[in-house]
Amino acid sequence: MSRVKEFNLPDLGEGLTEGEILSWLVKVGDTIELNQPIVEVETAKAAVEIPAKWAGRVQSIFQAEGATVEVGTPIIAIDTDPTAGPLETPEPTDDAAKASSAAGEPAKGSAESGQNGDAASGGRTPVLVGYGPRTTAAKRRPRKGVAPAAPAQAAPVPAQPAPVPAQPAPVPAQTAPAPAASGPRATGNGHSGPAGGARVLAKPPVRKLAKDLGVDLSTLIGSGPLGSISREDVRQAASATVTTAQPLAAAAAVGSPAASVGAHREQRIPVKGVRKLTAENMSRSAFTAPHVTEFLTVDMTRAMKALDRLRQRREWRDVRVSPLLLVAKAVLLAVRRHPMVNSTWAGEEIVVKDYVNLGIAAATERGLIVPNVKDAGRLTLRELADSLTDLVQTAKAGKTSPADMSGGTLTITNVGVFGVDTGTPILPPGESAILAFGAVRKMPWVHKGKVRPRQVTTLGLSFDHRIIDGELGSRFLRDIGDFLADPEAALLAWT
Amino acid sequence: MAKGDPGVSTRGRRAVPRSRKGATGDPELVQLLTPEGERIESVTGPDGTEYRVDFTDEEYRSFYRDLVLVRKLDAEATALQRQGELGLWASLLGQEAAQVGSGRALRTQDMAFPTYREHGVLYCRGIDPIMPLGLFRGVDQGGWDPNEFKFNMYTIVIGAQTLHATGYAMGITMDGKTGTDEGEAVIAYFGDGATSQGDVNESFVWASVFNAPMVFFCQNNQYAISEPLERQTRIPLYRRAAGFGFPGVRVDGNDVLASYAVTRHALDNARHGQGPSLIEAYTYRMGAHTTSDDPTRYRIASEVEAWQAKDPIARMKAFLEKQKIAGDDFFAEVDEQAKRESVHLRERVLEMPNPEPSSMFDHVYPNGSPLVDQQRAQFTQYLESFEGSAH
Repeated sequence: MSRVKEFNLPDLGEGLTEGEILSWLVKVGDTIELNQPIVEVETAKAAVEIPAKWAGRVQSIFQAEGATVEVGTPIIAIDTDPTAGPLETPEPTDDAAKASSAAGEPAKGSAESGQNGDAASGGRTPVLVGYGPRTTAAKRRPRKGVAPAAPAQAAPVPAQPAPVPAQPAPVPAQTAPAPAASGPRATGNGHSGPAGGARVLAKPPVRKLAKDLGVDLSTLIGSGPLGSISREDVRQAASATVTTAQPLAAAAAVGSPAASVGAHREQRIPVKGVRKLTAENMSRSAFTAPHVTEFLTVDMTRAMKALDRLRQRREWRDVRVSPLLLVAKAVLLAVRRHPMVNSTWAGEEIVVKDYVNLGIAAATERGLIVPNVKDAGRLTLRELADSLTDLVQTAKAGKTSPADMSGGTLTITNVGVFGVDTGTPILPPGESAILAFGAVRKMPWVHKGKVRPRQVTTLGLSFDHRIIDGELGSRFLRDIGDFLADPEAALLAWT
Repeated sequence: MAKGDPGVSTRGRRAVPRSRKGATGDPELVQLLTPEGERIESVTGPDGTEYRVDFTDEEYRSFYRDLVLVRKLDAEATALQRQGELGLWASLLGQEAAQVGSGRALRTQDMAFPTYREHGVLYCRGIDPIMPLGLFRGVDQGGWDPNEFKFNMYTIVIGAQTLHATGYAMGITMDGKTGTDEGEAVIAYFGDGATSQGDVNESFVWASVFNAPMVFFCQNNQYAISEPLERQTRIPLYRRAAGFGFPGVRVDGNDVLASYAVTRHALDNARHGQGPSLIEAYTYRMGAHTTSDDPTRYRIASEVEAWQAKDPIARMKAFLEKQKIAGDDFFAEVDEQAKRESVHLRERVLEMPNPEPSSMFDHVYPNGSPLVDQQRAQFTQYLESFEGSAH
């Protein structure tokens, strides 16, 4: 057995399929002890540290930080006997950053590694709970035909509305040797199959085979008992060349010229995680809260100059100061003047909040998340700046906790960072106003009676029209604009 | 009352609390060892029972050894889960004292009904710690002979084992096996969350009405998964016993000595025919509910830190050091033993054979059944129908 062992990402919860590498706690070349924490992984359930399964030296790291890894994929290789001299095989790349692109590479490694070592009897390795993959060839005999007569009927059904097979066999004939006990049900049920929307009958291993071969079971007519689909049926379907105009997904590779780029030149991405949550929130909000969006274009030149002066102050020297900070301040001050904006529609009543948990929509590798600064209205400008910096960094690092994301009362989405001017944002559920902050551009602007290049931005405010009338929404947006046009004067006037 | 028990004595009622100096500021808590490692000579419980222990140096050291071993083996199991070798693990981290104290208070003839977290009690019953790991590795169904070890199978269903325990205890009475020092008693373990279950409350009723020789040992670790104690009860849990008509006491569950004293007393009452009692071991689950849980989502770091300061092992170690009962050599030797045993445990877990799929039909009926035999035959035939596939 090789002394280099690969560690596969285990199922860290119950029934999880993947995990995200948050951070590596070791690097290639490190000497590690048994049970020393080596990597932090986040799953749908928890962020956990994985302890090293073997002592030794880190030989290679296959997955970069931030990578989402399927359970069972090798993530690290450990040389369990580093003092025994050089390895026979050339050392794999030690560059973790390259690792994710080298997704194909682990195949080489796993061949040499004997997986997790300790292969148990029966050729199974205890990679995961229960059964790991077999390392020896399976010795089971081929399936003996339960219904030896019938497999030929398994021709794929053309995609016509009514599933009329090419060689329609009379229903009773297909039943083959149906067990006597289930007689009456068998004739009625077994064959409604594809069209009736009833579940296709097939045993789990047959389903697995169909999945592996890319055969859609609902297009088959089974030859087994009760019309169930047998391995033979699946095989036949997989090998059949489809020449009809509408190729079946399963066999498309053989058919039309387009097939060379993949079934239908479509990619199917399972909807889950952040994407799923975002989708649910967005559609819920869009179809329950009547949205109104208003726009205001503002000359931010003075404000940008004020920011420059702020940056030059000693106590602000190492603080990250961005236009977003001023927008946040503007929103907070405007909320103080129009508290009704910071509210929730709760069916029978409107909940107006005395605190502002200011949400900032952030694009991260995992998708859109909206962490919020708690009780932002009470923070000084400096505290606000620090909080925003923290919040953004945490989000980028993928470490935003659920608590940080819940309880938001009002949100800013900084679409300007993508270089666009404005948008009509959708309210986060439970909030009544969201402000889109567009890019700040040099634009021709009438300033003191002359057209001048000025730093101009466009604000887009969406609000819940059940709570906020046009007048209130407009005044709120106007106040934000006033602050951004001349922050000093606004501060003097309002605070 | 059993005279001459090793280490424990309880004297009459209404004794004056002497050494009790409000170590935790909680007058309801029976404590014999403070978090700083100071011994309290004796404590009077809410019903006037006086609790004290008097162990030899060797016995004190062995308590420490058990605590350390139990923690280390538990940590090893957690690591094995993280490495994909166990499907799940429910860590006892933080609850070692409650389990070792109560587990060691059991006599040979006593019967224990655990939840799925009583690895420490199991250890103190003298059972090989590998025993429950087959269940968590998914290579057996967690079955063992409860009579052989006087330790029932791990029960995953919350609170269900209290009913089993009550029935067992009622059986002891019916067999006439109470009333002497050799009488039998039953201990049922459960958590704070389980006190909201109907099963547990029904057990209280039955045990009380039938004067069953049993001890309800509630490890109040403050959380029912993520649900805090204040969502379970408005009064301290031990006081619930009064409503059912038997005594209840709250013990510092991070104090192994008090946990021992209180449990020993309650068990001896039970075996002498004085009926059930409830012990609330006030403790804290330092880790996650199980390896599938992330406690940082529902509790704050400062709370965990506050309990860290009450660590059951640290206080025992401080006591041994202060009293010069043990020195660095001893502590190093215990650590070495713990490491050795945990490595041994790991090796044996990795070697656990996978079961034959058809073995799931074993042990369904003691003498077999035609129906199960038929199912086994069908299943065997089904397995043989695979070809080539690894599944």
